Amino acid sequence: MKTNDFSINIATVNGSGSQSANSILVKTLFRMGLPVAGKNLFPSNIQGLPTWFSIRANPFGFVSRSLEHDVVVTLNASTAVTDQKDLRSGGIFFYAQEINLSLDQIRKDIFSVAVPFKELSQQASESIKVRKLLANVVYVGILAEYLKIDMNILKAVVDDQFAHKGELVASNLKALEVGQNWARENMMNWPRNISTQVIANGNQGQLLIDGNTAAGMGLVDGGCTFASWYPITPSSSLMESTIRYADLWRRDANGSLKMGVVQAEDELAAISMVVGAGWAGARAATATSGPGLSLMSEAAGLAYFAEIPSVIWDVQRAGPSTGLPTRTLQGDIQSAAHLSHGDTEHVLLFPGSVSECFSFGQLSLDLAEMLQTLVIVLSDLDLGMNFHRAPLFEQNQTPLRRGKVLSTSDLDKLPLFARYSDPDGDGIGPRTLPGTEHEKAAYFTRGTGHDDFSRYTEDPAIFKKNLDRLKKKLHTARSFLPAPEIKTEPAAKIGIIYFGSTSSAIPELEFLIKGQQRAVSTLRLRSFPFHDEVEQFILAHTKVFVVEQNRDGQMRSLLGEAFPECANRLDSILSYDGWPVSAEQIFKDFKTREDFK
Amino acid sequence: MSFAKSQYEGSKSTLCTGCGHDSVTQQIINACIQAKVNPYKVAKLSGIGCSSKTPAYFLSASHGFNTIHGRMSAVATGVHLANRDLTLIGVSGDGDTASIGLGSFSHLVRRNVPMVYIVENNGVYGLTKGQFSATSDLNSTTKSGDKNPFQGIDLCSLAIDLGATFVARSFSGDSKQLTPLISAALRHEGLAVLDVISPCITFANHEGSTKSYNSVKEHNIHLQEIGFVQPQAPLTADFEPGTTQEIHLHDGSTLLLKKIDGRTHDVKDRVNALKLLHDSRNKGEILTGLFVFDEESIPLAKKLNLSQKPLRDFTANELRPPKSDFERELIAFT
Repeated sequence: MKTNDFSINIATVNGSGSQSANSILVKTLFRMGLPVAGKNLFPSNIQGLPTWFSIRANPFGFVSRSLEHDVVVTLNASTAVTDQKDLRSGGIFFYAQEINLSLDQIRKDIFSVAVPFKELSQQASESIKVRKLLANVVYVGILAEYLKIDMNILKAVVDDQFAHKGELVASNLKALEVGQNWARENMMNWPRNISTQVIANGNQGQLLIDGNTAAGMGLVDGGCTFASWYPITPSSSLMESTIRYADLWRRDANGSLKMGVVQAEDELAAISMVVGAGWAGARAATATSGPGLSLMSEAAGLAYFAEIPSVIWDVQRAGPSTGLPTRTLQGDIQSAAHLSHGDTEHVLLFPGSVSECFSFGQLSLDLAEMLQTLVIVLSDLDLGMNFHRAPLFEQNQTPLRRGKVLSTSDLDKLPLFARYSDPDGDGIGPRTLPGTEHEKAAYFTRGTGHDDFSRYTEDPAIFKKNLDRLKKKLHTARSFLPAPEIKTEPAAKIGIIYFGSTSSAIPELEFLIKGQQRAVSTLRLRSFPFHDEVEQFILAHTKVFVVEQNRDGQMRSLLGEAFPECANRLDSILSYDGWPVSAEQIFKDFKTREDFK
Repeated sequence: MSFAKSQYEGSKSTLCTGCGHDSVTQQIINACIQAKVNPYKVAKLSGIGCSSKTPAYFLSASHGFNTIHGRMSAVATGVHLANRDLTLIGVSGDGDTASIGLGSFSHLVRRNVPMVYIVENNGVYGLTKGQFSATSDLNSTTKSGDKNPFQGIDLCSLAIDLGATFVARSFSGDSKQLTPLISAALRHEGLAVLDVISPCITFANHEGSTKSYNSVKEHNIHLQEIGFVQPQAPLTADFEPGTTQEIHLHDGSTLLLKKIDGRTHDVKDRVNALKLLHDSRNKGEILTGLFVFDEESIPLAKKLNLSQKPLRDFTANELRPPKSDFERELIAFT
């Protein structure tokens, strides 16, 4: 019997209310104290196509995607045969009776249960409209009985979920009851090899949240004062979250909003508005995904060269081109690092958890203003739109860092104000904001070649000097950037470098590797340009595998570019089918490598 | 605070001798001096092109931003919301506004970002040496003799149709008409679109250009005679009541629109403005004057109910929620 150790996959039809049922289930397991994660695999569509929700629980917290499930539930006729593919031998398969699967359509090595969902949901409600939505809740009731889920906790979750729509609580509870009763009457011969058990205070002090919501919270708490955006999957919910928290937390006594928000006409405009706002002293950000990032390329170069604080949150999805809008990948690394033509490079942040999605809200804005440049935060769909556990967020206690902005009294003390000078040797010049009432304040910002005073120039020596200073600026930026997280195994000759949503698979990967009596050191990247410690890590191992979710090993290339001397020690382990990363999958690949054998 | 004349002027123009844009620049300077504009509270913006160079030639005491091609409108939107106390003056060209920037411009109009938006319209791409622009008239020619097969975009009609609250056309060489329009635009609480025919002496001043100095001289028809009256100043004898529509601006100044000949147009009448523009185009006329003025104009910051204080000035205390509010929001995820 495996307790609190299983993977469930539920196949439904999108737009049918399954999202509500799914979150009730995963939330209940979370409140029972189980280490758990929930993932949506949804189609690029509004209504009527197959959608999946997978839940993994594991006593050690190994909750990245499992290659095989213990339970599959399908209410969806079109996928009822293929859905069985990922069910492990001996697993249990619940399917809607009305799908009418014939015996030869069901695998012989699994246990199948035909569930009369239609009839059961009829019992749950009088209303025909409501019944359709409740079919999904019935499955929750069945699983609740099967897995011995704590009913008090389940009921409390339902209460909370529909706190604003009281009449739905009753019908949802009824649907649960109907499912439970049916399971109780029918489960005598069901395989009883998985179960749940409450872990007292197991998730005390924890949240279950998606990265986009966390980022929105973090941006508002982190002092974002301007947001412009163009809706695109999977980043829309990040901006919608930002707007929601701005509405809650940024209203003046008279109801006016302490934040500028514009839903722009396209991404060209969204980033241009951010640049304008950042130039004029707002802490400005936009959120997008791959196709939008491509459009932001030109303005990114302007922000870099004219040194204007700006932030882009790129919630990466599967490209190239329109790609798979609802699938995850880490495919924008190379383009983000050098977004734009010419010698351009940007500060990148790689949040590896929902906690970092939150804290990088303020951090990205602080860095943009301190460094007077574009900061791109590379999240992804798996992190942004799926449910991850994390310790309760704490508000940032550090002040908002505004960088070198000269006040009128500062200007009084200066003999001269030269916008693109390097008084402190860190490559960062002082700036003034428009509206500053001082005769020395004004300067003319431009994307063309410019001298220290921002005057137009085509002088070759000045142009080169300016480019060199920009290079220096990003080099010294590293002292402000989050350092990598390194775990050194003393005996290890092999290292693993990873970042972003891959982080959730690493603890299980380490466990599997240890199980083979091998040792690996690990390094989690959190920013670019890279710290010296990254090079030191690579040099300390004979082989370093860069684990990433894209085809071309983009982070590996970036590392090789930064550290040419140790590039030959780097190798890639890749995952790029659009599905969230799986520790087992990475391990399988790992085992085939010479250095590991 | 008083300012020296030099603070309203800028650096020396690098444009061709005889370029229409330099006349517009001078008129911007004059209008700002007359209006006693505080240059520290002005932000000058532009896109890319010959006209976009001109903000360096006026208001040296103001911050300026020469942005990227076609994106002045979007940048301006961000600047406005970041600091709603700034007076924005934007100079763009017909390539920057009517080609690459057409989408951006259209949405700027819809949002009614308060700004003096001057299109220095010469029907040609000057800086890249002579290609047609989107405002080149049908059948007009390039210097090398190519004929334009496409209808030109009328930015005034477009702006009017999109709901712009101040739309005018003028000519760089007509300071009697243009300077009062700029003065009024500076005071307008909304987007003021000024489509200014500004001939390109090098690439579009030949026989076959419809925006050459000669062409404008021959075909320019004034819709009204325009005058501008400072706050509290008396109306002059030229403008008797009954012949004149008075536009009252919020600072107490007045724009006077005197009827010419039989021409009657109420600047509140958007549909008539469109008809006049279409008719004049069909007749090969260049109609100039103030076409639309909407006193109900609500600028963007107001529409969004944005805080009065510039966003740059908010402190962490004002932006962060109190701990209890923050923790309350986390409960939903526990």
